Amino acid sequence: MSKRVLMNGNDAVGEGAIRGGCDAYFGYPITPQNELTAYMAAHMPRHERVFIQAESEIAAINMVFGAAVTGKRAMTSSSSPGISLKQEGISYLAAAELPAVIVNVQRGGPGLGNIAPSQSDYFQATKGGGHGDYRLIVLAPASVQEMHDLTIEAFALADRFRSPVMVLTDGRLGQMMEPLKLHEGKPPARPPKPWALTGAVGRRSNMIRSLLLDDGVLEQHNLHLQRKFALIKNSLLKFEELNTRDCDVLIVAYGTSARIAKGAMDKARAKGMKVGLLRPVTLWPYPSARIRQLAAQVKGILVVEMSSGQMVEDVRLAAGDRAPVVFEGRLGGAVPEENDVLAALRGILRRSRGRKLS
Amino acid sequence: MTKATSRRAPRQTAMRYSLYHRPVALKPTPTHFCPGCGHGIVHKLIAETLDTLKIREKTIGVAPVGCAVLAYNYLDCDISEAAHGRAAAVATGIKRCLPDRIVFAYQGDGDLAAIGMGETLHAANRGEHIAVIFVNNTVYGMTGGQMAPTTLIGQKTATSPCGRDQVTTGAPIKICELLNTLEAPWHIERVALDGPAGVRRTRKALATAFQAQVDDKGYSFIEILSPCPIHMHCSPVEAVRLVKERMIPYFPPGLYRQNGQSMT
Repeated sequence: MSKRVLMNGNDAVGEGAIRGGCDAYFGYPITPQNELTAYMAAHMPRHERVFIQAESEIAAINMVFGAAVTGKRAMTSSSSPGISLKQEGISYLAAAELPAVIVNVQRGGPGLGNIAPSQSDYFQATKGGGHGDYRLIVLAPASVQEMHDLTIEAFALADRFRSPVMVLTDGRLGQMMEPLKLHEGKPPARPPKPWALTGAVGRRSNMIRSLLLDDGVLEQHNLHLQRKFALIKNSLLKFEELNTRDCDVLIVAYGTSARIAKGAMDKARAKGMKVGLLRPVTLWPYPSARIRQLAAQVKGILVVEMSSGQMVEDVRLAAGDRAPVVFEGRLGGAVPEENDVLAALRGILRRSRGRKLS
Repeated sequence: MTKATSRRAPRQTAMRYSLYHRPVALKPTPTHFCPGCGHGIVHKLIAETLDTLKIREKTIGVAPVGCAVLAYNYLDCDISEAAHGRAAAVATGIKRCLPDRIVFAYQGDGDLAAIGMGETLHAANRGEHIAVIFVNNTVYGMTGGQMAPTTLIGQKTATSPCGRDQVTTGAPIKICELLNTLEAPWHIERVALDGPAGVRRTRKALATAFQAQVDDKGYSFIEILSPCPIHMHCSPVEAVRLVKERMIPYFPPGLYRQNGQSMT
């Protein structure tokens, strides 16, 4: 029986990284993820692993690149403005097919914004972020337990698909404390990495690069990457469903918003409204097919986000004209309240009754 | 042609190659560099160093954006690309993960002294056990000869068409002198490809830098003043003369740091 401990989300990510076999961590101060960098500063050296406080977020992601080319498990973390700075490095990691884990403890933006929790980096995380045709695997925890577990899984996925993986969370999940069970097993198995730069002993020299100047070579490399992204799409999809079997209204929300949506759903159920919740855990790949199925059975879909409406675009793409999609969100570090979600649910049900009468 | 002559020719060739051969660490890649470029010379000197110290199989190089990046087409050791300016950060990541390997960064002046100044200074200040090889030819080569932080006052480039003006663009940055203000570096040296003697000094400096890592001593920095005839707008011979007569007076070659002690 594994021990239950009380931890904040940022520390839970740090302990997840350590138990996930993270060999090297490179950080830079930014609120609200500083606990994570401090945790790694305290714990990585104890495990004889690499910790560096880099001179910038840009240096940190490039140190991750360096660690990743050696085949070691590497991670960096930051919050929204710092993640913007890392985008060039993430594009290089994706291009060179290097496994790495990037944690974004989102805060309000744009610009310097504030230090309150936000989900306004969804586009950046799931649609590219850096330059070029690439995708990031994006995992969205909704509890301190998942902050821990999904960080461990991120290392496994990064190695499995030779791809950078982002854990997309927010300041609220980073700062809040919850009891969690620490992972007691071994770190995820390490696949062989014959491509790694370790010194060319008894083999031809290896090269890690993304500059492909010869005619047609870059297109071929892009096609290879697209085949890999298709493979990821077909083999990796995580989401949670609650009360969807009989629901009239489906809420789609992730992370902190999903917790609030669940509270609203429970209140609505108590009042006799048939409300269900779909919580994507992987934001890319996205559970579009399941949302499309559910859209055919419900009277309406409510998307709750801490943004001006980013993920709602993916829900609309999935639902098509099968069901009306309504958005409820707060911006700039504000967090939606259960009662606002409840009011939006009532509105959807009222309008759907109106449609039936007409 | 007599039979005897035709038999003798291959023997002469064999003799020549027994004295002068391609370093094992240098791939048989036909050069793509412009005529008179210094990169090819430096590649060969690095390859010779890896051979001489017998470290090719434990060396990992980092080649960032610019003419420098194509070093991986020539050097036959494990090599990683790096984003523009970030070679020192990538090299840091590699070395910290594999401390018993030999790690070097191979960078040009725009890369190292402009966009990568932060990474350069901080890697040096941490005393990372890496060797940084800095090819200073006073211009951005690959992108078409724009002004670099090391472009000389009055030097005409694509982005200083009337010559570099100190009032609006500052003076050329002396990186060795700058790094020598830091506590951590083990070895800092500037050399110049200004002729055969300069090439020999460069070979010696590179050997010192790589040996420092073999001995686990610390951070080494070798700046190599190098000709870029195309963007210096002159012939290869003239470019070497420019290195000697224009670059050397402003960027004095010599030992700036030896065994961790400042020499100035």
